[in-house]
Amino acid sequence: MTAHPHPDAPRIAVPDAAYERASLKIERSRWAAAGFGRLGRDQVARIVRDVAEAAHAHARRFAEEAVRETGMGVVAHKIIKNEACSKGLVAQYAAEDFIGPRIDHARKIVELPRPAGVIFALIPVTNPVATVYFKTLLCLMTRNAVILSPHPQARQVCTEAARVLAEAARAAGAPDGVIEVIEEPTIPLIERLIGDERVDLVVATGGPAVVKAAYRSGNPALGVGPGNAPVLVDDSADLKAAAGRIVASKSFDNSILCTNESVLLAFTTIADALLDELRAHGAHICTADEREKLRGVLFGEAGFNPAMIGKDAEVIARAAGFAAPGAKILVVPVDLVQPEESFVREKLCPVLGFARVAGLDQAIAAARSMMRHAGRGHSAAIHTRREVHALAFAGALPALRVVVNTGCSLGSAGYETHLGPSMTIGTGFAGGSSLTENLTPHHLVQYVRLAYNKEAAEVFGNFEGLDPLNLPRPERSRPVPVPVPAADDADAVRRELRRIILEELKAIMAA
Amino acid sequence: MFDYGLFRFRDKQDLFEKSIRYWNPDKTRFWLNAGIDLVIDRREGYCLYDMSGRRLIDLHLNGGTYNLGHRHPELVETLKGALDYFDIGNHWFPSVARAALSEVLIESTPGMAYAVFAPGGAEAVDIAIKSARYATKRRKIVSIIKGYHGHSGLSVATGDDRFTKIFLADQPEHFVQVPFNDIAAMERALSGGDVAALIMETIPATYGFPMPKEGYLQACKALCEKYGALYIADEVQTGMMRTGALWGWMTYGIQPDIMVTAKGLSGGLYPISAAILNERAGGWLHEDGAAHISTSGGAELGCIVAHKVMEMLHRPETIANARAVADFFREGMAEMIARHGDIMTGVRQRGVVMGLEFDHPEGAVFVSRALYEHGVWAIFSSLDKRVLQWKPGILLSHAMCQEILDRFDAAMPRARQLLREARR
Repeated sequence: MTAHPHPDAPRIAVPDAAYERASLKIERSRWAAAGFGRLGRDQVARIVRDVAEAAHAHARRFAEEAVRETGMGVVAHKIIKNEACSKGLVAQYAAEDFIGPRIDHARKIVELPRPAGVIFALIPVTNPVATVYFKTLLCLMTRNAVILSPHPQARQVCTEAARVLAEAARAAGAPDGVIEVIEEPTIPLIERLIGDERVDLVVATGGPAVVKAAYRSGNPALGVGPGNAPVLVDDSADLKAAAGRIVASKSFDNSILCTNESVLLAFTTIADALLDELRAHGAHICTADEREKLRGVLFGEAGFNPAMIGKDAEVIARAAGFAAPGAKILVVPVDLVQPEESFVREKLCPVLGFARVAGLDQAIAAARSMMRHAGRGHSAAIHTRREVHALAFAGALPALRVVVNTGCSLGSAGYETHLGPSMTIGTGFAGGSSLTENLTPHHLVQYVRLAYNKEAAEVFGNFEGLDPLNLPRPERSRPVPVPVPAADDADAVRRELRRIILEELKAIMAA
Repeated sequence: MFDYGLFRFRDKQDLFEKSIRYWNPDKTRFWLNAGIDLVIDRREGYCLYDMSGRRLIDLHLNGGTYNLGHRHPELVETLKGALDYFDIGNHWFPSVARAALSEVLIESTPGMAYAVFAPGGAEAVDIAIKSARYATKRRKIVSIIKGYHGHSGLSVATGDDRFTKIFLADQPEHFVQVPFNDIAAMERALSGGDVAALIMETIPATYGFPMPKEGYLQACKALCEKYGALYIADEVQTGMMRTGALWGWMTYGIQPDIMVTAKGLSGGLYPISAAILNERAGGWLHEDGAAHISTSGGAELGCIVAHKVMEMLHRPETIANARAVADFFREGMAEMIARHGDIMTGVRQRGVVMGLEFDHPEGAVFVSRALYEHGVWAIFSSLDKRVLQWKPGILLSHAMCQEILDRFDAAMPRARQLLREARR
């Protein structure tokens, strides 16, 4: 580069400092992981508790900042999520031990937890702070170091949240560097980092491109697929309760959770009554004309219009050119539940497709049809009092969680059900993921297994009361010099052999 | 066949023969006699590869030259980029690379005003001494017995007899030496009021890193002030974040008048060093800036590499890594003493500058050999062979630190055997 096109253009090429710094962060995380693995249960519990408290204390601030930076979601709902993903998580797993050994007398096996090490956590733009909280706390519970990699559009709030958590961790005695954040994420940088051999595990929450990149990285990865949840209301359901739950769920954080309802399938016999109930709970039922106006605003050539993600129903209606004052959600009746109808695809905004189905068989066919485009392995919901309907629906759909008589957003995400409360929803083999469940701390720790001989004569050891992190030191015997020439020091080996042979010869001669 | 394009060697033996014949017969034979048949071929990160292909982890770093590792990719890329535009430049003129590096160095070094560049540590020490003489109009230089500051005209005169007598380079009338850690001796040397400067390695490297006693360096600095001498901090081995701060003197709470940095400043890629002067010591730069000239001092390629080195040293991640490495070996070597206390008697440490003491006048020579056989290269202290210089790089990974410690542990029985044989 001897000539330069513009006087202000760089005159020499220099290394990508962002990559080099990030690379050093990985090293710092490796050190942290090494130190973290040596901490005991009490120390870890203190770190987890203090970090969760710091996260909880900043729930509102970061909810506001997240909405401001990303333009998505609802502050009040983000506060709920941030609180659930801080102190809520700690309460959820308080009784569990991811650190001490598990002794199985019946199988004569002792299991020692082995953290993954360095976890590279991709954070989506849709639920940035809640996911930062969630993944960080899961990592801390399991003594993993975490490198948070925010979506570029949520960079500032995630970086700031990570700083708050890292400071709390440091103050609570966590090893230096246990929480790191990539401050200036770009797609090429992230692709390079997730493939770094010093990363033990990539946990990818985000769009399909990000998840596929994680799986392509060559490193172990836990990724998720996109959602597109059908919700069925049959003729046995409590319509009032169902409508209330659906509106609440669909409007929760303006449908930004990937578990939100996408299309409501209603038995024909109760469809009109259900629409009335929905309306009563704050839904605006769109006319055919409004539907087409919405279609122009929500779907372009390149797919869903990202500017509409997580926006208020009223705002979306206004953008489409009609008024829906006070509406919490927009319900869009459609005639065709097939992938070519764009309204039956995933919509991360409070717009709910609506279709009538004659009965269970047609409901299953419709649900499967819409999930053929997206949503495999993800979530579905049913409002019913018939176990047979619930079972048939779950058995026939390519979903991995079907929640019953609850909103899908928080039900499938594990907050309103006993599924693991999670910001990362495994979509299984069908959904391009190795993870079938909601991500929980259990997925971030593996076990070393000490397995005894099955034979009854071989007695299982007594491991009660032994702390693997603090074992009594073995008795030290006086060091004895042992000649250990290096393997390729052939001369030394020869010399040593010659010496031994000579000594032997001398002994023989003497004898 | 070892084919390097421009030249080739049949095998390692061929190299040894030519090295003895054309290069340095004594140095070549010395290592062979010591059981160290090392000829460094490939090098990468903190590893060296002998011509035999054998891998060695480098804990010698040539005195901190490879502080950031061998051929660090970021530095290599920086130098390659610079080569498309710069060469060593013309020392007569102001230059963008020298101005920029000077600014970075002065901003990173409190109390200083100017950076004067040289291609190596010895010349930088000469500049330091000349600057002190200019500022004080005195000739005498005080240094420490067993101190080490290089081999050029003035710098060598500060050092050990071994390096001066042979070349008739000793200048006892102007170069006075006092014992280390002896404040009274220091005061006697300075009290005549005729000393231009005291030059001190912040921790004497070639002497095996004996630690300055509590308050010693501060007392030396106070005595300099009392008797009108300048204090020159030789930071060649203790600088570059190796002792817990960018420069070692910062950790002792003293303010030198002149500081010398070299070795690691070059990134191990393009030789460069600097004498960093305060306003007073830099006085000659106002009177006659061409009074000291060095064609390759402040070569622009070197300046650009050094600029990147400084940037890397300032990163929080680098600082954290250096601390982690220091903590690791503090704990690890305490454990090694617990296991091998019969031969290993002590550890001196400040940051990643460490000296391991062994219970034999030449103990470190044998330990160095045992480690060599176990894939680790660490050199004994030339001027105190009881002490092994243990100089881990500041960017070492945890995995490699663990490997080093495991190899060290495994080498101790062999070291024990060599020491036992030596005692016979």
